[in-house]
Amino acid sequence: METGTAQQATERDAHIVVQDLTMAYGDFVIQHDLTFSIRRGDIFIIMGGSGCGKTTLLHHLIGLKQPARGRVLYDGTSYWESPPEVQQRIKRSFGMSFQSGALWSSLTLAENVALPLGEYTDLDQAEIAEVVSLKLSLVGLAGFEEFYPAEISGGMHKRAALARAMALDPEILFFDEPSAGLDPISSRRLDDLILELRDSLGTTIVVVTHELASIFAIGNNSVFLDAEARTMTASGNPATLRDACPDPVVRRFLNRGEA
Amino acid sequence: MPGQLSLEFPAPDNLQLVLAGSWLLATGAPPVRDLEQQLLKDGNIRRISFNGKAISDWDSALLTFLARVYRLAGEHSIDIDPAGLPDGARRMMVLATAVPPAEAAGKHGKESLLGRIGQIALAMWRATPEMLRFLGEVTLSLGRLVRGKAQFRGSDLMLLIQDVGPQALPIVALVSFLVGLIVAYMGAAQLAQFGAQIYIANLVGLGMTREMGALMTGVIMAGRTGAAYAAQLGTMQVNEEIDAFRTLGFNPIDFLVLPRMLALILIMPGMVLYSDIVGITAGMFVSVTAFDIGTFEYYQQTVRSMEWRHIWGGVLKGTIYGMLIAFAGCLRGIQCGRSAQAVGEATTSAVVTGILFIVIAASLLTILFQQLGI
Repeated sequence: METGTAQQATERDAHIVVQDLTMAYGDFVIQHDLTFSIRRGDIFIIMGGSGCGKTTLLHHLIGLKQPARGRVLYDGTSYWESPPEVQQRIKRSFGMSFQSGALWSSLTLAENVALPLGEYTDLDQAEIAEVVSLKLSLVGLAGFEEFYPAEISGGMHKRAALARAMALDPEILFFDEPSAGLDPISSRRLDDLILELRDSLGTTIVVVTHELASIFAIGNNSVFLDAEARTMTASGNPATLRDACPDPVVRRFLNRGEA
Repeated sequence: MPGQLSLEFPAPDNLQLVLAGSWLLATGAPPVRDLEQQLLKDGNIRRISFNGKAISDWDSALLTFLARVYRLAGEHSIDIDPAGLPDGARRMMVLATAVPPAEAAGKHGKESLLGRIGQIALAMWRATPEMLRFLGEVTLSLGRLVRGKAQFRGSDLMLLIQDVGPQALPIVALVSFLVGLIVAYMGAAQLAQFGAQIYIANLVGLGMTREMGALMTGVIMAGRTGAAYAAQLGTMQVNEEIDAFRTLGFNPIDFLVLPRMLALILIMPGMVLYSDIVGITAGMFVSVTAFDIGTFEYYQQTVRSMEWRHIWGGVLKGTIYGMLIAFAGCLRGIQCGRSAQAVGEATTSAVVTGILFIVIAASLLTILFQQLGI
């Protein structure tokens, strides 16, 4: 998919479809008329300069904020037009890794991961413990079950948050700034992990980031939000956009200001 | 069809696990018991391989099953040949076994009861010098204030005074009024037995000024302001704001603790007087409405029973309570750890410590005043 247009929103294998979405706080419009689609198995990047509304868009995609106008569809079901039970079911298919981890500080890592499992599955304690150990070992934190979030480093925080996001085997994983505050090697490892999750489990992945290295390493589809125009100015494969996007702002962004 | 497992032997030393059906958390995976028994019974097995062609659907249920098989194989030192697994599952298992479990595993082992009591005792013992050090720092800071060298912003102090003073007036009034009411009723019931209702004025007047005014104001301030101080400073600790002050060469004790202590110390005398007056008014209200005593009569009796030493004694007590509350609140805030949990603990601890300090000080001061004849 090259530079995207609205028509592609109705593609057959579209997992998430955003139609004419306008986001606003009261009268203050943050972004308007966003239309794009995320296909099953995509690693979709939401990019743009600071303060353009990337995180706000993510919050709209995970059902935390209601759109001022427009629709968000998951497998063809419009989230905000569905009854609460359906919303709950849709939400169950999400996993979210928040910007600063958002691990519950009063719970150990194991309890953090186990909480959704205990709440939403019929597994017994022993089975939950096994799933929890598996998830923690997938993110390289085997043996840290009994640690509290305050006792581990920032990079481990991010990975533990990912383990919690993966707890219910979500179909869609959302990441808010996964590599912010990580050293290049940890950041690279996290990128590899994200790619592996997509390849092995077929998870659809949505990432908010402005780390260029990450964008090109993992992203195969994207949307660019412009803070000035208050709307999306480009969408498609980030590597293609870098070289061939008609909008100079997008090209400059993807070339670190050198184009 | 839920997950199915059967064991096959392509070669005597090769156990093949044939997996079929859907391996989902929702439907559950078969237990590894059979496999475990097979391994115990048959010492010849050197290799476990898989045939996963008939797996229709899988999620973490398959992976946790595999993790168990891997662990069993490890215990019996048997090789694993993952070639027959679904592609994605094979790669996830590589990922899961890439990093060996941390050495620190199980470091929060269960402690015996005695052990835990010991830990708590040691923690309390360690907390004592910490408190003394904080006391020392605050004293030094007060010294700098006296010499006019303490760095803090006057506008901060004004804002803090507004928070602890005017904004606290309604709740102090409500509590003091009710306490005055209670003292008056309680006393009246006894005094009425020998027709001495007029002494309600003495009881309420002395009770409020000497003890209750200061005590109730102190308890309210501990719950309202001490908690707020601990929560503010604790959150600043979490956000590294206190570190930022230190880095820029500001002394956080001067900048944060000193104005908070000053605000409470400056406000407390007025607040105690206010509480006294409201409490005495409540006593008057009860006497006039329920016990037929004239307003002027009550006023006269109050003035006659009162001496200046009662009033300033109470005010002095209140001021000391204020100092202790601010001290406890700031101490717990500055000591706070770096998590939401820690802020909660700091706030709780600030109120508990504050009230504990107040009660201890109240007892000591009451005895001291008695001895000195104040």
